[in-house]
Amino acid sequence: MAQATGIKEIIKPENLVYKKTKLMTDNVLSYCPGCGHGTAHRIIAEVIDEEGLQSESIGICPVGCSVLLYNFMDIDWQEAAHGRAPAVATGIKRLMPEKFVFTYQGDGDLAAIGTAETIHSCNRGENILIVFINNGIYGMTGGQMAPTTLPGMKSSTSPYGRDIATMGNPLKMTDIVATLPGTYYVTRQSVHTPANVKKTKKAIRKAVQYQKLNKGTCFVEIVSNCPSNWKMTPVQSNKWLEENMLPYYPLGDMKIPEDQPA
Amino acid sequence: MEKELKLMKGNEAVAEAAIRAGADGYFGYPITPQSEILEYLMEAKPYEKTGMVVLQAESELAAINMVYGGAGCGKKVMTTSSSPGISLKQEGISYIAGAELPCLIVNVVRGGPGLGTIQPAQSDYFQATKGGGHGDYHLIVLAPASVQEMADFVDLGFELAFKYRNPAMILSDGAIGQMMEKVWLSPQKERSKTVPEWATTGKPPTRERNVITSLDLDPNAQEVFNQKLIDKYNEIREQEVRYEEFQCEDAEYLFVAYGTSARVCQKSVLLAREQGIKAGLLRPITLFPFPTKKINELADKVKMMLSVEMSAGQMVEDVLLSVNGKVPVYHFGRMGGIIPAPDEVVENLKSKITGG
Amino acid sequence: MAKIRGSIVVEIDRCKGCEVCMVSCPTGTIAMAKEVNHKGYFYAYPANPDLCIGCANCAMVCPDGVITVYKTKI
Repeated sequence: MAQATGIKEIIKPENLVYKKTKLMTDNVLSYCPGCGHGTAHRIIAEVIDEEGLQSESIGICPVGCSVLLYNFMDIDWQEAAHGRAPAVATGIKRLMPEKFVFTYQGDGDLAAIGTAETIHSCNRGENILIVFINNGIYGMTGGQMAPTTLPGMKSSTSPYGRDIATMGNPLKMTDIVATLPGTYYVTRQSVHTPANVKKTKKAIRKAVQYQKLNKGTCFVEIVSNCPSNWKMTPVQSNKWLEENMLPYYPLGDMKIPEDQPA
Repeated sequence: MEKELKLMKGNEAVAEAAIRAGADGYFGYPITPQSEILEYLMEAKPYEKTGMVVLQAESELAAINMVYGGAGCGKKVMTTSSSPGISLKQEGISYIAGAELPCLIVNVVRGGPGLGTIQPAQSDYFQATKGGGHGDYHLIVLAPASVQEMADFVDLGFELAFKYRNPAMILSDGAIGQMMEKVWLSPQKERSKTVPEWATTGKPPTRERNVITSLDLDPNAQEVFNQKLIDKYNEIREQEVRYEEFQCEDAEYLFVAYGTSARVCQKSVLLAREQGIKAGLLRPITLFPFPTKKINELADKVKMMLSVEMSAGQMVEDVLLSVNGKVPVYHFGRMGGIIPAPDEVVENLKSKITGG
Repeated sequence: MAKIRGSIVVEIDRCKGCEVCMVSCPTGTIAMAKEVNHKGYFYAYPANPDLCIGCANCAMVCPDGVITVYKTKI
């Protein structure tokens, strides 16, 4: 395996600071260069590994760019139909309540076709984690407008920019589910800088630990990029994310459990 | 242990049979004429008896996906609905078949198309046996003609579903769902503790991760998989055909009918014989696999077959295929939720005999 | 005073040349190579290894998880 290394004397097992978790398989990720999916996957895998939950975890992957997620993380997976992951997760968690069950969904999956499944699983307070990757566009199918596409944002089905009058406003799903009593912990994070990666990992770890309390749904939105369909370089896309996505989708906790330390 | 005799509605019998069969979960949604199944289960609180989960989902679509999740964990799960709701489930059913998962679906058919009526019909035959959802797959389809069979087919449906890793369907109708008859209920089975080796239960160090999916982006692999399904269905065709004959030994004219239509035709056979017409009835019990061989054999003995259905004529096409041109095949049916009367059927048979 | 010195290992054939590690590096250790890997990407590498402080910003933000980080006190 070809490597580029820094100072060789420092490279010793006792000096190890960071290594990709073994819970990520050796398969090369199918995502575009710079796409936040890979980072999000790795964070979740790290938390599952560190919490010792590999043999207790069942993930549900969506239809979207991450449809092949089951090739990248070494846990049991179920592939759901588009938008139905929270319903599939409900079936699994109700029948196997001792397992750690989570969905991983994009913006089309969760906020378009799956809106009913999202709202109702949160409303019932299913004891699952929903991970929502929001990059404001449909990636896998080639860059069409999503329910979370920003006003004025161009896509292949809004070539002149999203027109509120005919296409409606972007949907803030996280805000909506935070109003439901069935949700326990609702937060919005991102993975485009190291500082945000650390915060997202903290949020995921909380959500993973909270599931054991059986107090309701944990919902973690990760605002992410899509360099290919935003038609930018990865570095440009992260800047665009900061300047455009984050003002509309501000980061932070939207609902923290009253009975937990902050 | 003894069987228990009760007087029950068809819908209630399905619910009680599900509990006794040791089902792990039921996910449903209200729709006439089968809401009693969900209501009975909610009232019976089987969670307290056997740990069976009962959940009213937000839609039929959500319910079939909850079934998918439970089935992927190797659990005995089921859902019930009626025609419009079954249409909603087709995507999920295709995914369940494509992922080779076992489950039980009950369709208490009502008149269609669209919102239709709430009265009984048999107009979902095509949907049940020829697809319904997309892709090359089949459901194992059982057609009860009594409240007893409604109950018995729950256990049989689960057995076949797990034997072949394929969804199974009980294709009933609003009459059988609503009528009350005596039914012998089996003693309570324990919920299975066996975990199939393909199920997602959390990956222990002793095995590779299990993935439940119907996706394969490699067309060569997908073709191999489709062939595997074809082989499975051919085995089912060989092993699992079920039917019932009524006065076929000396029959010159054959009714082919299932479910409520078969009950009507049983009376029609007796009425016809009173009038000197040697009629018989072949009642398919499995609609898939269809009793093709048996019907083909009977075509050597009879002069004509009449497919009697509460529809515009759906099963008649399978009768035609099975007969393969040996004798004429006709269809008689009422639609819109109307059940034909036995003498009406006999009159139609007579008109076909005289060529009217 | 002891100084923290770091060293990174980049799996260059799995790097997709997205450059996010480079802009996350606080010391200017990382640059993109002028040659491509076997997939055709200009891969990241520690061009100025002496500047590395082993903060692991690069590894944390890498979507493909191709960076391993070591550090020690010298």
